[in-house]
Amino acid sequence: MTTTNGATAIDLKSVKVFYNDKLAVDDVNIPIYHNKITAFIGPSGCGKSTVLRSINRMNDLIPGARVEGQVLYHNKNLYGDNVDPVEVRRRIGMVFQKPNPFPKSIYDNVAYGPRLLGIRDRRTLDEIVERSIKGAYLWDEVKDDLKKSGLALSGGQQQRLCIARTIAVEPDVILMDEPASALDPIATQAIEELMRELVKQYTIVIVTHNMQQAQRVSDYTAFFSIRKAEETGGQERRWGVLGEYAPTDQLFSNPKAEETERYIRGEFG
Amino acid sequence: MAQRALSETRTAEDQAFARSLAARHFRGAVWERFFQAAIVIGIVALLALMFNTVNRIVGLVAVQEAIHPSEISDVPLEQLSAEQLAAILTERLPSGGRVLVRDGLLGGADYYNANNTLTMGQFLPDVTLPESVASKKLSELQPEDTQALFVAAMDKNTLLDEVYDQVVGRDVVGSWPLTASLFNRADIEAEIAADHPNATLQWNSWLDLQFLVDSMSNTPADTGIRTAFLGTIWVLLLTLLVSFPLGVGTALYLEEYSSGNNWLERFIETNIRNLAGVPSIIYGLLGLAIFVRTLESITQGRTVISAALTMALLILPVIIINAQEALRAVPPSIREASFGLGATKWQTIWNQVLPAAMPGILTGTILGMSRAIGETAPLIIIGAATFIVKDPNSPVSKFTVIPIQIYNWAKQPGGQYQDIAAAGIVLLLIVLLLFNATAIILRQRFRRSLSA
Amino acid sequence: MQSELQIGRKSEVIAKALVNDADGSPRIEKRARLFDDFIRYVLLFCGIVSIFTTLGIVVVLGRESLLLFSTLDAQGQPVVTLGEFFFSTSWQPAGLKFGILPLLESTLMTSFVAMLVALPLGLGAAIYLSEYASPRVRGSLKPILEILAGIPTVVYGYFAVTFMTPLLQGVFGRDTVQFYNTASAGLVMGIMILPTIASMSEDALSAVPRNLREASYGLSATKFETISKVILPAALSGIVAAAIVGISRAVGETMIVALAAGAGPNWTMPPNFFVAAETITGHIARISGGDLSYNSVDYDSLFALGFALFIFTLGLNLLSRYITNRFREAYQ
Repeated sequence: MTTTNGATAIDLKSVKVFYNDKLAVDDVNIPIYHNKITAFIGPSGCGKSTVLRSINRMNDLIPGARVEGQVLYHNKNLYGDNVDPVEVRRRIGMVFQKPNPFPKSIYDNVAYGPRLLGIRDRRTLDEIVERSIKGAYLWDEVKDDLKKSGLALSGGQQQRLCIARTIAVEPDVILMDEPASALDPIATQAIEELMRELVKQYTIVIVTHNMQQAQRVSDYTAFFSIRKAEETGGQERRWGVLGEYAPTDQLFSNPKAEETERYIRGEFG
Repeated sequence: MAQRALSETRTAEDQAFARSLAARHFRGAVWERFFQAAIVIGIVALLALMFNTVNRIVGLVAVQEAIHPSEISDVPLEQLSAEQLAAILTERLPSGGRVLVRDGLLGGADYYNANNTLTMGQFLPDVTLPESVASKKLSELQPEDTQALFVAAMDKNTLLDEVYDQVVGRDVVGSWPLTASLFNRADIEAEIAADHPNATLQWNSWLDLQFLVDSMSNTPADTGIRTAFLGTIWVLLLTLLVSFPLGVGTALYLEEYSSGNNWLERFIETNIRNLAGVPSIIYGLLGLAIFVRTLESITQGRTVISAALTMALLILPVIIINAQEALRAVPPSIREASFGLGATKWQTIWNQVLPAAMPGILTGTILGMSRAIGETAPLIIIGAATFIVKDPNSPVSKFTVIPIQIYNWAKQPGGQYQDIAAAGIVLLLIVLLLFNATAIILRQRFRRSLSA
Repeated sequence: MQSELQIGRKSEVIAKALVNDADGSPRIEKRARLFDDFIRYVLLFCGIVSIFTTLGIVVVLGRESLLLFSTLDAQGQPVVTLGEFFFSTSWQPAGLKFGILPLLESTLMTSFVAMLVALPLGLGAAIYLSEYASPRVRGSLKPILEILAGIPTVVYGYFAVTFMTPLLQGVFGRDTVQFYNTASAGLVMGIMILPTIASMSEDALSAVPRNLREASYGLSATKFETISKVILPAALSGIVAAAIVGISRAVGETMIVALAAGAGPNWTMPPNFFVAAETITGHIARISGGDLSYNSVDYDSLFALGFALFIFTLGLNLLSRYITNRFREAYQ
């Protein structure tokens, strides 16, 4: 199945997320294009991570979380009645904010996903592990010591190991939740270069609080902002909304909404 | 004037304050000594307990013999062969040694009388006997049969013990703890000379190899803990087999599957905390009513399996609570990573969560097991045997365990029983020490593996 | 190797491992995961075993207790009524007298002596460890308390008969102190409970927020004044909870009293701590250790005693937990 640029891998249609029946994010509509990097930016608490996690149903793991609206993937709604979140996550992978390798060897970390898919043949696994670690530009650093614990690597290496682990199952979409926020500038740069390389094969969605990063790596940017309302009893209610969505160049050079502009200028965060 | 008065009062106040401050500090220092004393008393108590026990396992004993060994044999008894020893027994014991056969090999008078139609071969299926002996009943045994039986069924050391015991009539008539033996030897010798002129004093260790490998005997000096030791191992293994999967399963359910706000899950959780505080004797009553009586057809009554099931219920809360803590210590990020790769819940638990938590779970299990090693009350209630010479060899064997023996010995009048109880205690504490050392090592490895 | 990866296409092995619909689109519909469901039920079953344990205790103890109270004597009168059980001062199963008071009295006596030892010493040790000891000293002292906590109770029982009783007899004279007595059992039980109280109290003390201490020092209080006027009151509920757990352990403890307190119920008024007396647990252990015949009044009476013990200790433990939870809320 080949796809042309311009086709969407995921379509978020009127997505609303609730925590314990409290609205967390309201009415998000975003197309995620194939083989492009889409960045989610916005002030903290705007729900950008929440929306990201709704794309592969990671929110299901949080008790009390509920999603309304549609997340379309190959014309199927991921929140349809009959959808198995486990199957969804096999197709839509995720890289987390803090590197989280399993407390196991580098090899076992990468081979875990393929093994879950039932691949047991040692030679096939060897090939997948090598290809994935190479794909994450980590091969030269670890090829002699694949038995070493994943936890023994540096932070940047750990995050690339997590990326290798994710691409070992060749997902259609990779979700990255602030993948470089725990890393130093050099490791961050390596991850960013890796993303530009990966996007040739994969569709990537990245959440970042770093606007320069969004500008450097992404093709499209969605800016989320916060709405507030006074509730009866004087309590304040806050929820996130999609402020603006546009190609990255356009959003940063010529934002349509005033709020976007103020955020880009660094007036709040 | 006014100025001066003011400054005078101030000095007075200052002095009063200084005095009261000194008093306040003094009070504080006194109380600090008290707090310190509290912990010192704890340490002293522990030392006294240890000393009091160890002091009794080595010391002088007074040994008295009815016949001198030289009257039986020209060479020292230790140099005789098994056949010669067996011959002495048959020759010198009443009814040609048949009483010893009954009490030492056939399970005692009561058991024999209930089964007195059986032949030797039926009584002792595990022993290779000559056909002439195997086909006979006890009453039909000739002296040469009895001799052959002794050689076949007892090893040389046992025979030697029996000769000393039954023929020589070696008897320990007094025993003294280590401190008395070292510092009051003269008094002890005087006492012996007055009370037991024929007795000789010699050094003795109650905790020796013989104590470990011998089965029980009516005389403290000859008794051993083998049967109880094997009983402890049997009970522990079966306890582990039941409580480990149940405990870890419960902890997994509560930590990984429970949403925490379901009434059933909350009830299970509260219930476990309550069970942890139930006195162990109550578990004994539960085990007596359920495992010993109600399920008698399965457990055969007062057996290893009844004890193990009771113990398993007793230590289940310990294992569950510790396993829960170990599971909680596994970072949620590991679970997220696994789910993110499309693992199912069980795949995540089996491949990632359990291996990461396992050292912690094992530590908790060892803590539970070390509780089970020392527990005595529930086993008294469900009826562990107090005197038993047959080693347990199946889950439905009658049994005893080390702490039950300690209890029985400690209850008996006579200093030697206290000495042998002390030997049992030291053995029990050594086993416990090994268990806890393992737990500590595991705990350290656990910390390292999650933080490397 | 990048070249072999083409845009949007999966390698053969992975593609083969995934399930697709006829039109080539990914199949993400629910599949039967029988094994996962099965495991879930197995684990739930494990959890329910603990509920059955509690249920078993209540049913077994309750049923046999009921049997005791419904047993009739030769005259067709109940051998014991609930009133007699709780308020008569004679427990003689052979004479069909089942008054719990003598057993309860010695249970309370041994527990009282135990608390007399364990509470001040345990609390003192806790204060020393949490307020005075340096981390290094604490690190080497705490394992000693843990060792004390890990010693089997039968060993404490042995210690009571071979050390504490002779000691008491040496101090007060053999005429005053019988060989079996509640004082010796209680004193040793106090040592046994000391670590429990010390570690629970220490938790309570170290949970007192730092700013309370600093406020007190800031008002020029001495260290002891800070401890006695600020920290102890703040940690009081935790300490009370520790004491209650201590009492519950003392009441339920069996081996020490079975070895050291004596055999045979003994109602003494006023209480005499130097004579032999049998506690509830000691009685259960002694009677069931002999040749006890099932379906006898004796047998049923043990379960009635057990039931009373169970309710009593459960009440204490619930009370302790209630107090601890209240305490936690106060600082959160």
